[in-house]
Amino acid sequence: MNGAGNRRRRHPRRAGIPRVADRRASSPLRTLAPALTLAALPLGACAAGQDSAGQPAEALTLTVLAAASLTDVLEPIADGFEGDHPGVDVELSFAASSTVVQQVNEGAGADVVALAGESSLEPLADEHRHGDVAIFATNQLEIAVPVDNPGAVESLDDLAQDGLTVVACAEQVPCGQAAATLLEEQDITVQIASYEPDVRATLTKVELGEADAGLVYRTDVAAAADRVRGVAIPEERNVVNHYPAVAVSEQELARSFVDHLLSDTSQRTLTDAGFGAAPTDP
Amino acid sequence: MVADRPAGRGSGWSLRIPAGIGLAFILLPLVALLLRTDWAGLTTHLSAPVVGQSLRLSAVTTSVTMVLVWLLGTPLAWLLARSDSRLTAWARALVTVPLVLPPVVGGVALLLAWGRRGVLGGPLESWFGIGVPFTTVAVVMAELFVALPFYVVSVEGAMRGLDRRYDQVAATLGAGPVRTFLTVAVPMVLPGIAAGSALAWARALGEFGATITFAGSFPGRTQTAPLGVYAALEQDPQAAIALSVVMLTVSVLVLGALRSRWLR
Repeated sequence: MNGAGNRRRRHPRRAGIPRVADRRASSPLRTLAPALTLAALPLGACAAGQDSAGQPAEALTLTVLAAASLTDVLEPIADGFEGDHPGVDVELSFAASSTVVQQVNEGAGADVVALAGESSLEPLADEHRHGDVAIFATNQLEIAVPVDNPGAVESLDDLAQDGLTVVACAEQVPCGQAAATLLEEQDITVQIASYEPDVRATLTKVELGEADAGLVYRTDVAAAADRVRGVAIPEERNVVNHYPAVAVSEQELARSFVDHLLSDTSQRTLTDAGFGAAPTDP
Repeated sequence: MVADRPAGRGSGWSLRIPAGIGLAFILLPLVALLLRTDWAGLTTHLSAPVVGQSLRLSAVTTSVTMVLVWLLGTPLAWLLARSDSRLTAWARALVTVPLVLPPVVGGVALLLAWGRRGVLGGPLESWFGIGVPFTTVAVVMAELFVALPFYVVSVEGAMRGLDRRYDQVAATLGAGPVRTFLTVAVPMVLPGIAAGSALAWARALGEFGATITFAGSFPGRTQTAPLGVYAALEQDPQAAIALSVVMLTVSVLVLGALRSRWLR
C-alpha cells in the first residue's frame, strides 16, 4: 500500500474517509504515489501528522509508512501500540522502501518510517530525522516457488538453469539489492525475467505461477505459506538485511512507536513471523 | 489556450472561479514538472541508460501496436459502422469496455488469458513451449488492449457518418465489400483515422498498469518509457524527470496534431 492514496483506517470513526479493506499492495495506486506526491507539492497539500499545537480533541493519528515486507506483521504491532496508548490511531501504509523514503522527502505527512534495509534509509533528508535510528529486525532471502514447483528448483544453484523464469525485486528496493548481492557473492548467473517494484509484487508473480521462482524474504514465504513453497538458502550463503525505523515527525508518539518496535511483545510478533530479532549490540 | 470570447450574461465570477481552479489543477503539476527540471543538465540526464533504452523500446512497441491497430481496428470499425444486427450493438458496447477498465485490471485479465496458467496461455505453454508474459510481445499485447478501443470508437464514429449512397454506387460499379472498404470508406474517413491513430498511439505510449502486471519490468525488453520513469524516480530522479519531460513534449505534439479537433 502506499502513502499517497491508500491509507487503511482501522477505526473508521471519522466520517468521510472510505475504508480500504484491501491489505495487499495494489499496483496502480503504488504506481501513482510518486506522481501524486509530486503533484501535491505545489499545491502545498500535506497529509496527516499533526504538529504539537496543543492537545487535539479527537483521536491522535500516527502515520507509519513501511516497507512492503512488513505488511502482515506491523498490523498486530500497531494494535499493541494502540492498546498502550488509548486515543491514538495508528495508520499503516505500505510501499517499496525506496518509495517510502521518497514520499517523506517530497513532503508526505508521516510520523514513522520502517524500512527493509539500511541503505534505503540513506536518501532520507536530515531534516526529516527526529531521534535515533533503531534496527528492530533482520530478514533473509528465500526462494519462493509455485506450490507444484514446475521449474524443479531445489537449491540456489538451480536458479542458473536455462529456460527458468525467475523474478526479483528492482535494485532500488532492499530485496533487490540483497538479491543482487547474493547472486554476485555466490557467483551465480541468473536470467531475471522481470524486476518487480516491490517484494510483494515479486511474490505475486510466483503465486500466480507466472514465474518458476522469485527471490523474496523468508517472511514473505511464511506469510504466503499455503500459496507458495519456500526453498531455503543456507545461512552461510545468505544475505542479511537490517530493518531500520526512525521517527520522521516531531511528535513524541513517533519516537514511542520506534521504541515500541523494540519491545518484547513486538519482537515476539516479529520472530513469530520469521524475522530475525533486533541485534543486541550496544 | 482559453478562447477569449466575449462573456455573455451569466458568466460571472461564480463560474469563473471554479473554472479557474479546474484549469489551475490541470496546469500546476505540469508547470511543477518543468520547474523541477534541471535544464542545464538535461542532456546529461537524457543520456542515462534507462532513458534511451526505455524510449527505444516504447518507439518499437508502439509502432508495432499501431500497425496492428490499423490492420485489426479499421475493418472492425467498418463492420460495426455498417452492420445493423443486434449482435453488432453488443460488439460495439463490448469493444469500449477496455476504455473504462482500470489498466491494471486489464493486465490481470491479460495474465489470466495469456499467462502460463491462463485460458489460452496454458495450452500455448504446454504444446508449443511459448511463454508470453515477461516478453516484448506481452508489452505489445498490453498496449494493443488499451489502444485498440480508442481507435475503433473514433473511426467507427467517422465511418457511420458516411453517406451509404457511396457504398451503393461502388456496388453498382461492381466493387465487392472489400474493395468498397479500401477504395471508398478508408479514403473518405482519413481525418478520422488520423485522429483515432493519434489518440490510440498516445494511449499505447502511456500504458503502465497493464504492462507492469502482464509483462513485468526488464530494461530493454519490457521496461517501456512509463515504467522507466517509475523505476528511475527512486534511483535517478533527474533522469525520471527528463524522461517525463520527453513524454510531456510528445503528448503536447500529439495534441497539436489533434488541434483541429480540440483547440478550435
